[in-house]
Amino acid sequence: MNAPILLNTSHFDQPWTLENYLKVGGYQALRKVIESKMTPDEIIAEVKLSGLRGRGGAGFPTGLKWSFMPKNYEGDKYLVCNSDEGEPGTCKDRDILRFNPHSLIEGMAIAAYTMNVKVGYNYVHGEIYEAYERMEEACEEARKAGYLGNNILGSGFVFDLHNHLGYGAYVCGEETALLESLEGKKGQPRFKPPFPASFGLYGKPTTINNTETFASIPYIIAQGGKKFADMGVVNSGGVKLFSVSGHVNNPGNFEVPLGTPFKKLLEMAGGVRNGHKLKAVIPGGSSMPVLPGEIMMDLNMDFDSIAKAGSYLGTGAVIVMDETTCMVRALERLSYFYFEESCGQCTPCREGTGWLYRIVHRIEKGEGRAEDLDLLLSLCENIAGRTICALGDAAAWPVQGFLKHYRSEFEYHIEHKRCLVKV
Amino acid sequence: MLSDQIQTKINRELSKYPADQKQSAVMAALRFVQDEKGWIAPDAMADIAVYLGMPQMAVFEVATFYHMYNLKPMGKHTLTVCTNISCMLCGSAETVAHLTRRLGIGFGEVTADGKFGLREGECMGACVDAPMFTINNKKLCGRLTSEKIDQILAELDK
Repeated sequence: MNAPILLNTSHFDQPWTLENYLKVGGYQALRKVIESKMTPDEIIAEVKLSGLRGRGGAGFPTGLKWSFMPKNYEGDKYLVCNSDEGEPGTCKDRDILRFNPHSLIEGMAIAAYTMNVKVGYNYVHGEIYEAYERMEEACEEARKAGYLGNNILGSGFVFDLHNHLGYGAYVCGEETALLESLEGKKGQPRFKPPFPASFGLYGKPTTINNTETFASIPYIIAQGGKKFADMGVVNSGGVKLFSVSGHVNNPGNFEVPLGTPFKKLLEMAGGVRNGHKLKAVIPGGSSMPVLPGEIMMDLNMDFDSIAKAGSYLGTGAVIVMDETTCMVRALERLSYFYFEESCGQCTPCREGTGWLYRIVHRIEKGEGRAEDLDLLLSLCENIAGRTICALGDAAAWPVQGFLKHYRSEFEYHIEHKRCLVKV
Repeated sequence: MLSDQIQTKINRELSKYPADQKQSAVMAALRFVQDEKGWIAPDAMADIAVYLGMPQMAVFEVATFYHMYNLKPMGKHTLTVCTNISCMLCGSAETVAHLTRRLGIGFGEVTADGKFGLREGECMGACVDAPMFTINNKKLCGRLTSEKIDQILAELDK
């Protein structure tokens, strides 16, 4: 296994300090960019070469996103980090914030330099207050040492970074909802276009990337995009943090190259909990369609492999379920979540998520009807793709995935008014 | 009136945003009130509205949109338990059952002595530490067992 890149300070007792970050070559990439006067085009070319794709779930090519920012815009522009990590199963960004905050600061400073931005915000998930405090301290440390502020590394380059704490709204992980929230409003997604690169925070051009995406930048600049790309596979460059949770012996975050076999990742997480068999896996956070364990055991963890099997890599959050898991109960909990978290703006999602939850709930209670499964699928058709943001799709995909692979369990529940799985 | 401490904290937040975007500090302002009082009364929302120069209704919208704000007293120590998928797979039902048994209250309720309140939360983004709860939205306690919960409750009860 290669030395970690994203968690490259993890061998220290206090991996989060500036002192320790500097010991592993921290801020050398920022120094290189400034001192060798790299041009924005050169930096973007390097990021494109790295094959880095957004680590927040959508997988959009980062270099391309950066190139959308208007170059000769007079006036304020903003850089935003999406650390509002709330996709069930996902907790990788939390470890970057807690254990390697300076890698995020350095990545954002390089991005700001590239896009000529002076102010950035890091929007942190409300429930991880300790990570927010850690980031506040790290920014202060960076300011004092001249890595943030009005004269970065004595070059006259200006960039400051501020942390903003969310307070419990899944939908704010959606980038335009996050911007609304930063502006002090309800987190309701905006209609796109206009995209944030032209109308973002406070109506100004804005680039939003995920925490892990920014944290990958220093390595790419210091070591070259090609070296990063070569660690992964075609279409999935580099390394990635995978959160493995659920029925495993050793749940945790594991940094591995994209394209690593799922089998190996499962092994790193200690395998399925003692004495149990693998039943199902959600490969990329709760919104992604579930896949049967036997299919997963033959897959590699990269964008294309998972997509070919009918799901998505998403955030790289791997939720493992063993044979004791009732799939109706599992879907019921997920459907409740999307119902609870719908912002209420679009009718198909606001009403549809309620329908989905109530129907799955009655099946779980033994009150399901024979026609319910087709009704669920028809509802999904009427939600997915018909809403402003992807929360509608996020609510529909789990239902479709569970019914595709585990329909017989749902039918058993409806027919026998009880669970097929005996715990 | 917002206390001096709260005003100082809000001012610090305001320095993060452009001078004409004071509303950006509303989420933090509500949080500071909750940290001090345990919950956010309508009067406090009105005070925040005046302080940040925004409509009272807009403050109310924010306070009711985000789950972590307490819109009624929720005890000295509010425990918010995650019951989402990874926590569910790792036994959050037992966590909830144990807390309910120990405290004699359900979700949305407060113990008679006002010491503990219980809330159900959604994904906290710490799924590898399931099952878990937060204390007053500040401290996250994970990999819970009955013994660990008893220990935490005893510590808080001191």
